[in-house]
Amino acid sequence: MSDTYTITPEIEAFIEECKGKEFSKSYLIAVLHKIQAKYGFLPNNLMEEVAIRMEIPTSKVYGVATFYHMFTLVPEGKHIVNICLGTACYVKGAEQVLNSLKNSLKIDLNQTTEDGLFTLKATRCIGTCGLAPVVMVDEKVYSNVTPDDVPVIIAKYKNK
Amino acid sequence: MTENTKMVTLIIDGKKVEVPHGTSIMNAAELLGIKVPRLCYHPKLSVEGACRVCIVEVKGARNFIASCATPVAEGMEVTTTSPEIRQARRDIVELILDNHPKDCQTCERDGNCELQRLAYAMGVRNRYFEGEKKNYEKDLSGAAVVRDPNKCILCQRCVRVCEEVQGVTCLSQAHRGFKTVVMPAFDLPFAESVCTGCGQCINVCPTAAFLEKDSTKQVWKALADPELTVIAQFAPSVRAAIGEGFGLPPGRNMQGEVITALKLVGCDIVFDTTFGADLTIVEEANEFVQRLTKGGTLPMITSCSAAWMKYVEQFHPTILDHISTCKSPMSMVSAMTKSFYAQKQNIDPAKIFNLAVMCCTAKKYEAARPEMCDEHGRPYTDTVITTREFVWMLKSLGIDLPNLEKSEPDPVLGFATGAADIFGATGGVMEAALRTAYEIVTGETLIDINFNAVRGMKGIKEANVNVSGTEVKVAVAHGLGNARQLMRQVEDGTSPYHFIEIMGCPGGCIGGGGQPYAGTNVMPLDQNMLEARARALYNIDEHKVLRKSHENPYVQRLYKEFLGKPLSEVSHKYLHTHYKQHFPVGI
Repeated sequence: MSDTYTITPEIEAFIEECKGKEFSKSYLIAVLHKIQAKYGFLPNNLMEEVAIRMEIPTSKVYGVATFYHMFTLVPEGKHIVNICLGTACYVKGAEQVLNSLKNSLKIDLNQTTEDGLFTLKATRCIGTCGLAPVVMVDEKVYSNVTPDDVPVIIAKYKNK
Repeated sequence: MTENTKMVTLIIDGKKVEVPHGTSIMNAAELLGIKVPRLCYHPKLSVEGACRVCIVEVKGARNFIASCATPVAEGMEVTTTSPEIRQARRDIVELILDNHPKDCQTCERDGNCELQRLAYAMGVRNRYFEGEKKNYEKDLSGAAVVRDPNKCILCQRCVRVCEEVQGVTCLSQAHRGFKTVVMPAFDLPFAESVCTGCGQCINVCPTAAFLEKDSTKQVWKALADPELTVIAQFAPSVRAAIGEGFGLPPGRNMQGEVITALKLVGCDIVFDTTFGADLTIVEEANEFVQRLTKGGTLPMITSCSAAWMKYVEQFHPTILDHISTCKSPMSMVSAMTKSFYAQKQNIDPAKIFNLAVMCCTAKKYEAARPEMCDEHGRPYTDTVITTREFVWMLKSLGIDLPNLEKSEPDPVLGFATGAADIFGATGGVMEAALRTAYEIVTGETLIDINFNAVRGMKGIKEANVNVSGTEVKVAVAHGLGNARQLMRQVEDGTSPYHFIEIMGCPGGCIGGGGQPYAGTNVMPLDQNMLEARARALYNIDEHKVLRKSHENPYVQRLYKEFLGKPLSEVSHKYLHTHYKQHFPVGI
């Protein structure tokens, strides 16, 4: 399982580059970003690998990884379903849409479906208040979403 | 450098004070006799500024500021005692208490808790805030140290001592805000982490977020079992510190009282770990001489400290052949009890319960190591309790240790030379080993047996000893952070030494993770406290007639009747061990 996630040559080169710099340990966050960009999350074995390579105690690496919201320690689904809970979307019924999403996907916020297809997340305003309420699946924005639209949207991705 | 010596004048509570540039407001105030209330601050650790209890008012500043984390400035006007500050500090303490269990009476630290004392001093008499409380599982997985995140107030002292003093950095804070928890990497149980079991986190914790694993229940059970012969032993450092658990100042030798107490509790036989220390020295000094004269791996490094053993196996696995194969004094006494002594007294070893009272938490881990078990997989040392646990046991029986009569240890495995007593202080093992090794190599009597260069609380000490024309270079380190520096040299082949002593805890075993909590006016790791404990041990040594381990007549008899000679096959079976890499890898 852990063999699935490895330090790629690019990430390795980046770590080596960082190690040559002043305050090299401060590049930990940048290195973690590279790993998350590659795998969508931070696998434990790679956090340990980074700790060894950068000579930063593993507990500290874990501390940094869990402190910042932008890092996630669990694999995310193939599709990220983001519901906007900003003011405009909220007053236009985003909460009902969220409940419909939870029911359709059978997961709570920040969880991933068992089949690994979807991760449900909430976001604040994405700047398209005129289209409220909005749901984003990956990069695509769905506008004026009603609770009844949700199963239809989800179905599109199930067969992909 | 000139910046550092520049003096700064400021006013604290209307009084003028002049202090060196860089001094904190807290420390400047102390010169005026004002001890600003505090919680997370620890004089031996870096400044964290986490608890905000030590806030003071600085004229011109918008908010109250943490006096531990703020350096003085020229002309600063500080108020430490206004009603507003008093109220604000009390609010802060009340907010800390709000997220803390209300189980003081059943808490192991009741009466020794810094948070409890502070809350009392702040005048907190009610709990006004009732918010959400954290609720985490206790981590009871470790053989030595257990962790209760619910008692943690996030002062970070454990994190700091683990990183800055011990260089282990097993602990760090993870997650954020209300969900912040101090934990090992990946929230692993202690048993699967790099924790060495040294227990320094217990010593510096102001509450009971860290404790030794409770072993007293097994002891009560064994004492109540008529089938078992309970044989007790206790470490050199226990006698130098246990008095503190009964309100005595540090550094009283309580050897005789401890023996009486162990008998009162119900132990059948009381030996002394110092006998094992003499035995360790005879084996270890011979091992060293053999390595020195026959081209073995050098530097040789001592192996008595249990936390050090786990540390080196995780952090420096490539140099394990440098470590002496000798077991610790505790494990030697236990092995001799269940072999030599059992045979001699015709007792079935399975009916012996070996109880060890130790200054150390990591000894609990050592006792459970498979390498420390007999051929049937039974541990030679059945249970280890810390000095603190022993204090609780005595108090629960109403035994007032300081007022007990003194007793002598039982014969055969109880008698020790002065060389054994100093084992508990940093440098003591080295000094004891040199006294014996010198005489083995030269065949001459060593006249000046005090090796002062390896005594004292300096982090790393070194000395050159002339042994019949050969300069033997030795080094001594205490605290794993100091050990690391010496080990790096060993790893890259630049170590100039022949012999290195390492003790896992600051000050050596006297500063062990199982020693009584520091008193009301003393901080854990306090140098005066450690020095007083060490002095007690050096005093015992100085007043003994026999001060070289190989002169111990009972050790000599043990060789004659059972072991043969040092490093013999029998010795190797019972008194030596081996090491292997442990995971996870230490960084």
